[in-house]
Amino acid sequence: MLRSAAQLAKLTWVEIKIFVREPMGVIGTVLVPVILFALLGRWMTRDLEAPSFVSSELPILAVLLVVIGAVLSLTTILAIYREGGILKRLKATPLSPLVILSAHVLVKLVLTSVTLLLLVVAGRRFYTGPPPAAPWSFLGAVIVVSLSLLSLGFVLASVVRTARFAQPVGSILLYSLLSISGLFFPVAALPGAWKTVALLSPLTHGVDLLRSAWAGAGWAGEWVALLALLANLVICVAVARRVFRWE
Amino acid sequence: MPPVVTVANLRKAYGPLVAVDDVSFEVEEGEIFGLLGPNGAGKTTTMECVEGVRKPDAGVIRILGHDPADRSDDLLRRIGVQLQEAQLQKRIRVWEAVDLWKTLFPETVDADGLLAELGLTEKRETKFMDLSGGQKQRLFIALALVNDPQVVFLDELTTGLDPQARRRIWELVLGMKERGKSVFLTTHLMEEAERLCDRVAIIEHGRLIEIGTAPELVRRHCPERTVHFSTADAATPELFSGVPGVSAIVHDGERFSLTGLGPDFISNVIERVAEHRLRVTDFRTETPTLEDVFLQLTGHSIRD
Repeated sequence: MLRSAAQLAKLTWVEIKIFVREPMGVIGTVLVPVILFALLGRWMTRDLEAPSFVSSELPILAVLLVVIGAVLSLTTILAIYREGGILKRLKATPLSPLVILSAHVLVKLVLTSVTLLLLVVAGRRFYTGPPPAAPWSFLGAVIVVSLSLLSLGFVLASVVRTARFAQPVGSILLYSLLSISGLFFPVAALPGAWKTVALLSPLTHGVDLLRSAWAGAGWAGEWVALLALLANLVICVAVARRVFRWE
Repeated sequence: MPPVVTVANLRKAYGPLVAVDDVSFEVEEGEIFGLLGPNGAGKTTTMECVEGVRKPDAGVIRILGHDPADRSDDLLRRIGVQLQEAQLQKRIRVWEAVDLWKTLFPETVDADGLLAELGLTEKRETKFMDLSGGQKQRLFIALALVNDPQVVFLDELTTGLDPQARRRIWELVLGMKERGKSVFLTTHLMEEAERLCDRVAIIEHGRLIEIGTAPELVRRHCPERTVHFSTADAATPELFSGVPGVSAIVHDGERFSLTGLGPDFISNVIERVAEHRLRVTDFRTETPTLEDVFLQLTGHSIRD
């Protein structure tokens, strides 16, 4: 257990260093969103009053988009490692697949946090929306939602064979789920079958929890969402562990 | 001493293709054991089953007392593995890879000493993608040796390397044996098998067709020796027809080639040459190699 923790720490640190060595990765995942965010903010504040959606729901959308980006890049990078024989090399060692997946999740979480922090700093200057009523509660919600969604990435990353395949499959799944997550229109307004899918989707529950936390309503009223997200996490980890492909 | 690896009736198929069929052999402690065969013969599949990277369809494998399919911690920390065509993260530095591997095992050797031994000290800050083929292989050997393993697996270790890099790696493999490690390797290079292996198993189309030391195999399958010599003196083939063991005499001008059987055949030829006081301008013996054994057993060269 202790050794697993040491392995996880080392692998995470190495992967962060490797990530930073690739300039395009840093530009694409950290800088571009922040720059776009800042530019958009500048145009909007100059020309028109920010619509209410922007001011109240933007932080939630930002969190979800960043997490989805992380899930997609997790899926892609594991597919690349699998295709390149890197995972196969690791299979011949006592390293557990969960440590490998967790290391990449940690890398993505660190990057997500950096991106979010920069977004908040950039947004502060341009947006006049209300700040989170309870920042710590919101941060907690961000972590729970991130872990739960990233575990979905565990499953995808465990089974998708090639990097070329990973990106579209992940995108279609996650953006579809995002579109019916209740962020853009209420889940209640969805047609029957879609409503069921939405209620089963961790993204829908993620939106609920993030909204409530942002509004400062606390987690007490959100135990369904919290339970759903944790159940998703547990199930996905168990499934990923069973279906993980080394090559 | 019990063998470190025992494989009995191993079988593995990929769909309709039987990659390994009823293969049995043992690797003794402290020896270099080589699986020799052409590409696609089933060498890598066999080795990966023994390493526990692949699951066999049938057969029994024991390595250091364990079934490799269990992937027990005790086993994994006592073996070192170099896989064919493995890769690392493109931008990982040499020292980082060794450092990472060190966290995978409870007991490891000194990283700096290991890098020095493999001639990688100057490359310790280099990214994996910037290493040459030979340097990559040496790094993989380093990773295989990080945990000071008892049994080392080397799969097609020198494929694609230039002769100089290859020789350097051969030295390293011999060094492992000197330190008492058992080495199990695969190769399709006759010279590599002859230079390194204490015992060789020849595998083709998934079946093990022979096993033994190189001299044993040569004696068993290509027992004939050929003596070539030239002389300007008047000599006729009949002079040599009585040499014990001789089976063929080829005479072309000044050149003679005598082929024959038996441990004393070459001495007998020399004796006969001396008896007739022939002045020999050139004398050479030809001993069959593993290459000839392979040809004899399979009917084709290993490169075909």
